[in-house]
Amino acid sequence: MTMDAMAHPRTRVALVRIAIVAAVLIAWEALAASGWLFRDVVPSLTAIGAALGRLLAGPDFYRNLGVTASEIGAGLVIGGLAGLATGILLGANRFLSQAFESLLLYLGPTPKIIFFPVMIMWFGVGAGSKIAMGAVSCFFPIAISTAAGMREIDRVLIRVGKSFRAPPWQMVTKIYLPAMRAPIVNGVRLGLGVAVIGTLLAETKLSNRGLGYLVIQAYSLFDMPRMYALLIVLFVLAIGANAVIGRLGGTDASNTPKAHR
Amino acid sequence: MTFKAFAASRAGARIVGAGTTVAVVVIVELLIRGGVINPFIVPLPSAIVGSIPRIVAEEHVLQRFWQTTQEIVWAGLLLTVFGIGFGALLYRFRLLRMACETWVAALAAAPIVLMYPLFLVIFGRSATTIVMIGFAAGLAPVILKTVEGLAGTRRVLLDVGRSFRVSPAQQFRKILLPAALPAIFVGLRLGLIFAMINIVGVEFLINFGGLGQLINELAERYDLPGTYGAILFVILVSIVFFDVTERVERWLRPGK
Repeated sequence: MTMDAMAHPRTRVALVRIAIVAAVLIAWEALAASGWLFRDVVPSLTAIGAALGRLLAGPDFYRNLGVTASEIGAGLVIGGLAGLATGILLGANRFLSQAFESLLLYLGPTPKIIFFPVMIMWFGVGAGSKIAMGAVSCFFPIAISTAAGMREIDRVLIRVGKSFRAPPWQMVTKIYLPAMRAPIVNGVRLGLGVAVIGTLLAETKLSNRGLGYLVIQAYSLFDMPRMYALLIVLFVLAIGANAVIGRLGGTDASNTPKAHR
Repeated sequence: MTFKAFAASRAGARIVGAGTTVAVVVIVELLIRGGVINPFIVPLPSAIVGSIPRIVAEEHVLQRFWQTTQEIVWAGLLLTVFGIGFGALLYRFRLLRMACETWVAALAAAPIVLMYPLFLVIFGRSATTIVMIGFAAGLAPVILKTVEGLAGTRRVLLDVGRSFRVSPAQQFRKILLPAALPAIFVGLRLGLIFAMINIVGVEFLINFGGLGQLINELAERYDLPGTYGAILFVILVSIVFFDVTERVERWLRPGK
């Protein structure tokens, strides 16, 4: 295929995308101007743009972003390390996996936010309960993904480690973890997604700080342009973080020689 | 059977797993009775078990369960119609698929449930809000898996259809859809699980509807054993849900 022929469908795809975005924006603006819905439910694009500008220009947003990001980060570290350790244990030992992995698989797809009242009792109404929500949320995907990744490791690598008489700690750091980079990164990517949701939902339920609190505050004040602006920023951040981590796993996996995957 | 052989068997492992869970519960009970754990933070496991008949009788658990189930069913219907429909549309128009598929994949990573305050403004504090959140949260996997399934139809099947001069509608109904069904059901199951998680979550958050609201209400009343009991009940419901959909999926998959 020549470069011209390849460029052609690509430009057409770009045109279709531009057309879809333009159509959505025009439909939105028309709906905003029509007055069919309650006033402000669909604010005009200029109002949302202005609110976005105000949001990103003020210090309020960055302070709360810092609070939420540190809660998510702490949750991810605690839940991630616990998940990693659990995953390695279950993946390395058939007996433990048969005894306990069904528990993980069954608790994984339950709605985590229902544990929030319990977390409030255990860790208080402050940042502690939000960190706990993030940790509980991300523990499951990371543990499940790590355990599955452990079982996928090339037996040869493990035998090499054993024949060098590597102690368990070295087996973990030199063999297991490097060989499982792709499934672990994927687990962290999924874990981050649910930790963001767990932490932010907890903030909307009971909090006086953080981005979740800002969203629910905009709701209580019926400041719809601000709520749209917040949701746009949150979506961009969440999708962006997901893409960055996904790329990390993707490139790392493609860098490893095929036989070692 | 020696102990070693017993422990190595699958059933042995399961028994050890269940036994450990029971042991942990018993230890927690003893620690609370011994005053090591504060009973106002963690209620006695026996009190939690004891609270279950009470919440079933007094809090209308079965009606709530039915209400949540109805919301999940509605979200599931919307997912089936719009998810599969949109997926088929993307498959049919290649250009649209090339333009939109990455967007749908990005949507799958978006924290959609955070839009619940927005849905509250649009649909009010009602079951519609809950159903719509469940629908929006489950949409992306249904679309993606539908496209994947349809695009994965074996070329030879399509050629057979072409040699019989089937109409486009027949081609879709007789060839594409049956070939894509296993993948579509994988997507639908994922979508339903996301919908269920978000539906119960939003019920809890907006204090409206079925099982999620029950947890919120009991927690606000500071009925600790009841709260824990209700959480256990929701976990049980999601496990059953997870299990049933998995069985249906396995049943639908060819070459089982």
